Amino acid sequence: MAPALLEQPAEAQTAAAVMGPGAVPVTLTINGKPMKVSVEPRETLLDVLRNKLDLTGAKRVCDRGTCGACSVLVNGKVMYACTILAIDAQGKQITTVEGFALSRGRPHPVVAAFVNHDAQQCGYCTPGFVVAAKAFLDTHPAPTYEQVKDGLGGNLCRCGTYVGIRQAVLEAAKTMKGGSNA
Amino acid sequence: MPEYRWPEMSKRKVMGKRLNRLDGVEKASGRAKYSSDLNKPGMLHGATLVCPYAHARVKAIDTSAAEKHPGVTSVRVVSPAGTEIYWAHTEVAFVAAETELAARDALKKIKVEYEVLPHLVHEADLNKAQSRAKAAGEQIEGDPDQALKEAAVISEGFYGIPVLEHSCLEPHGNVVSWTPDNKVELNPSTQAVTSIRGDMARAVNVPAANVHVHQDHIGGGFGSKFQPDRWGVAAAELSKAAGGRPVKLFLERNVEQVIAGCRPSAFARIKLGASKDGKITLWESNSWATGGFTGGGSPPIPYVYTRIPNQRKNHSAVSTNTAPIRAWRAPNHQQASYLTCAAMEDLAAKMKMDPLELFLKNADLTARRATYERQLKKAAEMAEWKKLWHPRGDSGRGPLKRGLGIGVNTWGGAGHDSTARCNIHADGTVEVELGSQDLGTGTRTIIAQVAAESLGLRVNDIRVKIGDTNYPPSGTSGGSTTVGGVSSSTRKATVNALTKLFEEVAPALGAPATELEAVDGKIQVKGNPAKSLAWKAACAKLGVKTISETGQNIPRDAPKEGLNTGGVGGVQIADVTVDVETGIVKMNRIVAVQDCGTVINPKTAESQIYGAIIMSICGALMEERVMDAITGRMLNNEMEFYKLAGIKDIGEILIHLEIDEINDKRGVIGLGEPPAIGGIAAIANAVANAIGVRVPLVPMTPMNVLNTLSGRMS
Repeated sequence: MAPALLEQPAEAQTAAAVMGPGAVPVTLTINGKPMKVSVEPRETLLDVLRNKLDLTGAKRVCDRGTCGACSVLVNGKVMYACTILAIDAQGKQITTVEGFALSRGRPHPVVAAFVNHDAQQCGYCTPGFVVAAKAFLDTHPAPTYEQVKDGLGGNLCRCGTYVGIRQAVLEAAKTMKGGSNA
Repeated sequence: MPEYRWPEMSKRKVMGKRLNRLDGVEKASGRAKYSSDLNKPGMLHGATLVCPYAHARVKAIDTSAAEKHPGVTSVRVVSPAGTEIYWAHTEVAFVAAETELAARDALKKIKVEYEVLPHLVHEADLNKAQSRAKAAGEQIEGDPDQALKEAAVISEGFYGIPVLEHSCLEPHGNVVSWTPDNKVELNPSTQAVTSIRGDMARAVNVPAANVHVHQDHIGGGFGSKFQPDRWGVAAAELSKAAGGRPVKLFLERNVEQVIAGCRPSAFARIKLGASKDGKITLWESNSWATGGFTGGGSPPIPYVYTRIPNQRKNHSAVSTNTAPIRAWRAPNHQQASYLTCAAMEDLAAKMKMDPLELFLKNADLTARRATYERQLKKAAEMAEWKKLWHPRGDSGRGPLKRGLGIGVNTWGGAGHDSTARCNIHADGTVEVELGSQDLGTGTRTIIAQVAAESLGLRVNDIRVKIGDTNYPPSGTSGGSTTVGGVSSSTRKATVNALTKLFEEVAPALGAPATELEAVDGKIQVKGNPAKSLAWKAACAKLGVKTISETGQNIPRDAPKEGLNTGGVGGVQIADVTVDVETGIVKMNRIVAVQDCGTVINPKTAESQIYGAIIMSICGALMEERVMDAITGRMLNNEMEFYKLAGIKDIGEILIHLEIDEINDKRGVIGLGEPPAIGGIAAIANAVANAIGVRVPLVPMTPMNVLNTLSGRMS
């Protein structure tokens, strides 16, 4: 579940904010770092991440806000990067899977749990699930089994790894918070 | 001759263990680079122009405006004037440009004039197919006419199962460069690292030795990714035209869903005859299917219960103006399983017999009577058949109806041709190299487990190197042949390398090489840990040498060696609840009992079964290609309308893998396909059991369920 559009303050609609149609320089805050990049106003955040910043953990699969393979965090909320224009992402805190999945070589508890429960096969959807799972656990630190199923309903997997994913998210909840009511 | 046989099951230290996949962290953390993730220096982006008509002739094509579009380096026309096009979304032209957006913009500037011709895109009604249907000729076994007269019960039914799209999450495509020195560097998304090299070489007419292929990961294949394809060849030509700059060309999703792979449909009118006590005596079928324009797709029916004594079969291949089929995880088997198991369930319902009894009673009509009897009983126990099954239609009051159904499978799965190379270096590092690929099945991991087992090491001591044509050739990953092939070749390569190491170390241990063994990170005199050298110290004896030994799995010799084999059976039972007011089918549970041989990693093996069942749920309840009769185009070629199951839709899945000493003695058998077969049949039968009437057309969508219940389809 990701909103199609970002909430914009009214002043963003003023003439001064008009950009394009050609490429314009923007600064995006990605994984805590400001990154300068030239984008056309019609370019999605996903394509800019993948094609211009070489951040390819988010995958382009459906490109229509359906499959969740491009999930990123925008101001802490999970969103589909294929449905966000890069210019709209200015001034937001963007976190990609690269931003948290490994720290000093150690896997994030969600990543570790995905590996322990073999919650991936081809792995193309997996970074998107990891981002969605992290965001879900941020708001549901002690989820039930049913909540896990609802909370990750916005992502699709073709290899069929959902059984492992359910277990992985429950395990990650335990390791992150040291408790569970699952 | 070294001893290659697998160590005894009870003595294995690494094989058979539930280890995590070795590339798990890399993939889950987004660090893994798929070919579609590559951003090479100077890389151009390609885009594909497709034909909007299902049948047309190209009258004229003008690419001049596209060629002048800013950023475009070259345009390649593959359907020039005069070309007849037989299905919508056929490739017409390709563009390479500095950016993806420029390439897409340039496509819009290509002007194509078409002469639109008549088309046929539907095959469900055989009468409407007319001259487009080609009959294969009648096949007769026994005396079906006499059997028809003598049968105490005759059950007749119509069944249909649609065309599905592979829907690989990583689309088809590649990054490729064809440099002025006539060398091709190919980063594909393929199930065939070794063989795609020769296929690409032929297509672009360069020596195979000039083509280098590298792929670290593949984002799904399911049988659809073996060839370079037109887009791969076009990308190479676009690179050449741009002086050898790499070109990245992957299909857009709405094209991927149409032309990059689909499963044939199958429709059949089936008549089953049986004696009073439920012995099946007769099979008659009139079946048809489409495999696209060139036809193809003939389900092997009757399925599993192949020894029905009297049979009459007629099959027609319907040519439609739709994209060609590609191999689909167990080609034609899902269709055959559905057609057969649905007809059997309907026979049981007509006889007011428990279908479990019918499947058991006729197990002698299968090639594996003992296996299916055992599996049917085990699956019934796991599914609580005795408690939950009820006669068809006897589902109680209220709109929610629960039902159970059975589906069966069989598959080969013996190992493919594979060569592995094992290098042991003087510093103790070990490499195992194969021109193979890991489709997500865990191939890397099981190679490491086999090597570690042979060498008395741990998996982390083994560097597995796959996905590159600089490594020895290994077969394509199709037909569930990979695990048998690569495990056997790895076993032989590592045993051969170890034999060499023993020869080098023998003098230091004061024992003949034949008296040494590799155990727990040491080379020691057999049974005598006191006379040993640690692995690293033993390898240091190599001095300036490196051991490099190969091992090969040759399919025709494999049965003698016993490392791998083929031939399995399996049974699945589905438990569903159908809301007869909304037509929504909810999965409660599926149980799967699966025959297997030596299992190298039960964890990744189970993942294969979970995945296969979830794919079956998608196919049973959601997926279908929807064609528009008027435009001849696919209507649901985006993922929001081509439905796949989500994490909520699958119910619970229970697996019983038959891992035991007897099965283990058969050697390694592939597991990717067999469990992907019977689930659709099981779910369809469960729906019939729940609502009291057969929903003839898969998928069991609310529309098909409600149409059946209201008598609009029977």
